[in-house]
Amino acid sequence: MQNTSLQFKKQVTIKLADARLQDALSRLQSRFVGGRSAVIGEIDDLQATRTAAAAIRDRVLNDLEHWLLHFEQQATTRGAIVHWAETGEDVNRIVAGIAAQHGVKTAAKSKSMVSEECGLNDALELAGIKVMETDLGEYILQLAHEAPSHIVAPVVHKNKEEIADLFAEKHHKPRKTDIAELCREAREVLRPAFLGADMGISGGNFLVAETGSVLIVTNEGNGRLVTTLPRVHVAITGIEKVVPTLEDVTTLLRLLPRSATGQSITNYVSVLTGNKNAEDHDGPEHFHIILLDNGRSGLIGGEMQEMLRCIRCGACMNHCPVYQNIGGHAYGWVYPGPMGSILTPLLGGLEKSPDLPNASTFCGACSAVCPVKIPLPDLLRKLREQQMERGMKSRRETFLLKAWAWLALHPGTYALATRIGVRILSMMGGKDKLLHTLPGASGWTDGRDFPAPSGRTFREMYRRGAKP
Amino acid sequence: MNAREKILGKLRNAQTKATPGAPTTSLASHLAHHPRGPLPALADDLLARFKECAIKLSSDVLETNDRTAVPALLARYLDERKLPASGVCWPSLAGLPWHEAGLQVMPRPATNQDMVGVTGAFCAIAETGTLMMLSGAATPATTSLLPETHVAVLDPARIVATMEDAWDLLRNEYQQPPRAVNFISGPSRTADIEQTVTLGAHGPYRVLLILAPA
Repeated sequence: MQNTSLQFKKQVTIKLADARLQDALSRLQSRFVGGRSAVIGEIDDLQATRTAAAAIRDRVLNDLEHWLLHFEQQATTRGAIVHWAETGEDVNRIVAGIAAQHGVKTAAKSKSMVSEECGLNDALELAGIKVMETDLGEYILQLAHEAPSHIVAPVVHKNKEEIADLFAEKHHKPRKTDIAELCREAREVLRPAFLGADMGISGGNFLVAETGSVLIVTNEGNGRLVTTLPRVHVAITGIEKVVPTLEDVTTLLRLLPRSATGQSITNYVSVLTGNKNAEDHDGPEHFHIILLDNGRSGLIGGEMQEMLRCIRCGACMNHCPVYQNIGGHAYGWVYPGPMGSILTPLLGGLEKSPDLPNASTFCGACSAVCPVKIPLPDLLRKLREQQMERGMKSRRETFLLKAWAWLALHPGTYALATRIGVRILSMMGGKDKLLHTLPGASGWTDGRDFPAPSGRTFREMYRRGAKP
Repeated sequence: MNAREKILGKLRNAQTKATPGAPTTSLASHLAHHPRGPLPALADDLLARFKECAIKLSSDVLETNDRTAVPALLARYLDERKLPASGVCWPSLAGLPWHEAGLQVMPRPATNQDMVGVTGAFCAIAETGTLMMLSGAATPATTSLLPETHVAVLDPARIVATMEDAWDLLRNEYQQPPRAVNFISGPSRTADIEQTVTLGAHGPYRVLLILAPA
């Protein structure tokens, strides 16, 4: 997928003014934030479980080479074919090759964010393969030619009226607005696609090294269909998704659906190991697993390695005041919200996404809810530091920060400057004690007023023993 | 050098730099012991917990002490909902008196036309109200997937506390996991449109659990 995060600020302005999007985002907030808080307490010792989950992910990341090799060996023993891909283009080439090898004309696909990284659908269409997205949200986006705006709820930016219009136009059927009827219509359109597909394409939430299995969590059942009916199954996932044992993955499963959608467990958890044997009635004859690097290996052993713990639950974006106001598309690539603001620069280049590390208030809600305890604000701060060190900040910002640093190191001058500053701002505040414009900071005051200071600094009041 | 060697080489270099002489022996010992993480504290009555959680996940639950009464219970369930009285079942359930209960149930894998699929289950998990299904020649995965109604006949003695217990049961009874282990927790659902939960997405619209001793 094309990275357009250079356009972040322009996108934000558009998204903030989009009333329909704002309405959709408030719904997401109440359903997902409320849903998580309703069930996360079901875990008897939540903090111990989060700590254990982080340790499980760290165990693998600290020795990723050997865990991957063990996974590969187990998967191969069971009849799966493991492929390695350095880039998204490599994934596309490998999938097209598998399709050619098995005479595949049509593919049914369940949701995979890694395949979005690769732009797989477009590449397969170019290779003459018809690809059908089958997750309801992804199917709607495929019809609308749009990108997902959330990693769990991809079509959160659209309301049912827009979807009703889209279905009526594309399905050539009477327009329906009842959500259950829209779901049934999609089911009826997609069922033949499942039954007729030569190839099923899925992601992989986890890879279990112990058994060589790919684990996927789904609610709709499309994940089960695309991995059961077609004669070829291709699972695509990142190299960091390995988990040592079935017990380890179970600990992570207690956290993932609760953090993502407020479910104690997803409807389906499928643990897929090898291809079908001679006696089986169902299951793919050929099972291919593609492991994508795409920049992940560069994070191992470095100060950003903790980001690879991520299990893609989306809780950080659901709880992020920035995401809640601008939605996912503004971030410009596959992964939005706090995790995306870190992953996009790390995988795609900091110079291509200079605004993303700064798209955070550092309120800390993201790290407070993260099931694998990723210190997201710390990682964002490290990216900001890298921007400073590499001279990527504007001359104005660099000058202001240097001036601030000098002032902070000279307490006498600092006290004098603030005494003058608060008096001027206090006088500017006028009767309503609000500043409607600030010279040089109109970008800030365009959206809100600045409360005028009282006219005395904290130090002055403290010295006089006054209550602030 | 191919992609595999390049990726593994990068990982090896990064790892050696970060932690020289990283321990790899812990890998084998971790696999051998497969330790459990923090577990939920469940009350002793696993059956009650299983039923409560299954109902919360929108599964329907019926109980009988007599396994031969299963077809009659199912016939009434289907009749009450005006659902077709025919379907398919796993071969192990072919001996139940389906015909006597007025049902046409064929012991074969499901196709797209079958409206009711009757299965057993490898075991069930009390913690979440979940069924654990193993794929295989006698336990086709399509039976719980393609029909609009999935019926699972479950021996209450096969209810275990947690998924960890289920893995141990699997390790005890089989050498290795089958092609597919499917955990099923109620009817398929989607909340993709306006985050409104709708039952019956691409899998079954309803799941009926009939608890009957083997």
